[in-house]
Amino acid sequence: MAEKEKKRKRGKKHTVLENEIITLENVSKAYATGAPALNGVSLHINRGEFVFIVGDSGSGKSTMIKLLLRELTPTSGNINVMGYDLVKIKHRKIPKFRRNLGIVFQDFRLLKDRNVYENVAFAQRIIQVSNKEIKRNVPSILATVGLAGKYKAKPKQLSGGEQQRVALARALVNRPTILLADEPTGNLDPKNSWEIMKLLEQINENGTTVLVVTHNREIVNSMQKRVITMKKGIIVSDEEKGGYIDED
Amino acid sequence: MMRKRAVILMRISTFFYTIGQGFRNIVRNKWFSLASIATIGACLFLFGIFYAILSNFQHIVKTAEEGISVTVFFKEGVSDTRIAEIGDLISRRVEVSNVNFVSAEEAWESFKDDYLGEYVDGFTENPLSESAHYEIYLSDVSLQPALVTYLESIEDIRRINKSEVTATTLSGVNALIAYVSLGIIAILFAVSIFLISNTVTIGISVRKEEINIMKYIGATDFFVRSPFVIEGMLIGLIGSLVPLGIIYVIYNQMILYVTERFEMLTQLLHFLPVETIFHILFPVSVAMGVGIGFIGSIVTVRKHLRV
Repeated sequence: MAEKEKKRKRGKKHTVLENEIITLENVSKAYATGAPALNGVSLHINRGEFVFIVGDSGSGKSTMIKLLLRELTPTSGNINVMGYDLVKIKHRKIPKFRRNLGIVFQDFRLLKDRNVYENVAFAQRIIQVSNKEIKRNVPSILATVGLAGKYKAKPKQLSGGEQQRVALARALVNRPTILLADEPTGNLDPKNSWEIMKLLEQINENGTTVLVVTHNREIVNSMQKRVITMKKGIIVSDEEKGGYIDED
Repeated sequence: MMRKRAVILMRISTFFYTIGQGFRNIVRNKWFSLASIATIGACLFLFGIFYAILSNFQHIVKTAEEGISVTVFFKEGVSDTRIAEIGDLISRRVEVSNVNFVSAEEAWESFKDDYLGEYVDGFTENPLSESAHYEIYLSDVSLQPALVTYLESIEDIRRINKSEVTATTLSGVNALIAYVSLGIIAILFAVSIFLISNTVTIGISVRKEEINIMKYIGATDFFVRSPFVIEGMLIGLIGSLVPLGIIYVIYNQMILYVTERFEMLTQLLHFLPVETIFHILFPVSVAMGVGIGFIGSIVTVRKHLRV
């Protein structure tokens, strides 16, 4: 597996440092209307880092997440994630690339007609894991996020915090290299927000690179992680052990 | 070896999962699925009915054709050797399937039995002494005029009895039924494809969010698309089995009814057994149903599911 990844990296035009997992070089993204959403952004994130991306709406955070997911392609510049050149990647290779990413959204995006177990198993079925392995993996990941007893519940029977844990379990069950969390605490009360953050930290300690887009000042300030602040499509600050920078 | 087994196991669970999702789509989307099943069903029901009627008609025509014969009588005093020679000439024609010689004596015997009964005693000698003839059975009714023209050119033939009206009418009606049914079936097929496409489109829009999540998690195009194609094929399959069942019951009831009510007709009309009809109708209907479902869904999925 590691061999394969090295080979892939060697074949690429842009040499990526062994430790570097996300590289943006001079990336711009302009939509058909209005000002560019991203304007010449360069960014390097290493394997195993925990990074907050903060900024008000319209700062370009969402565009950045979409570019990292290869939902969008940049107007100019280069993006390399885990050795995949996201500008040149072939359409049929995209699923394989995305299997290395775990994604969590503000609105959880669970399947309402299926129970907790099926929601998590869903992620495994998509990457064609056998039933036998699903039966082994899903309970174990549900235990990790503290939902072992609720595997039969439907999403609407759960609190917001619990729903986000299910979403987290779904993101983690395929053992991603990178976890992208887009406003994961946006719909949660402070207590649940903290619990989710603790889980993300724990996941990061186990070796997964974690990117969290957030508005939560309190959490950013007290967690003392790397903080990248964006404003109007550019990075205005990038600090190790940073804090939430007030606008204006 | 272990790896290979794991891959096969994986494929099997994916296969069943996909089929399960196909069923789920149908249930979740039941009114549109029902509408599609009903249209395909109606279409294949009509197809089945037409096929059954047509096959029976063809069977009856064929039996009738086999019964239709051209009869030739000879001029007075033609020798037996000449008669044998003419028989030889006729049997070599392509239009002819069978030639049967009826001597004057045989003709009289048959006439006596059919019409005279006990009054036969009044006749001391054969009044039909000049009635020796050939019964010529045709391989195809439509070739009758050509044969008659040929027969007219043979010397020593006195008279040709033919059944022109029956022959042309039969083949004409046959073709008409075939064209009309083809037209109706073609229209219904177009309607079914349209409805299946609609059903699948609605299924896709209802499941937009799910499809989105699937894409984020790394589902391949094939994995996202196949449940919808399975859904279309299942609709087609159900839409073909239902009318087949109905036709099976109706067909048998119909034969029973006709045979009981119109006993006279049964002498004329020989119906094909339902098994003979289904021997072709069953596989063709199922293939058409599943085919329509496949085409309708794959076109829609390619259009609406840019993953």
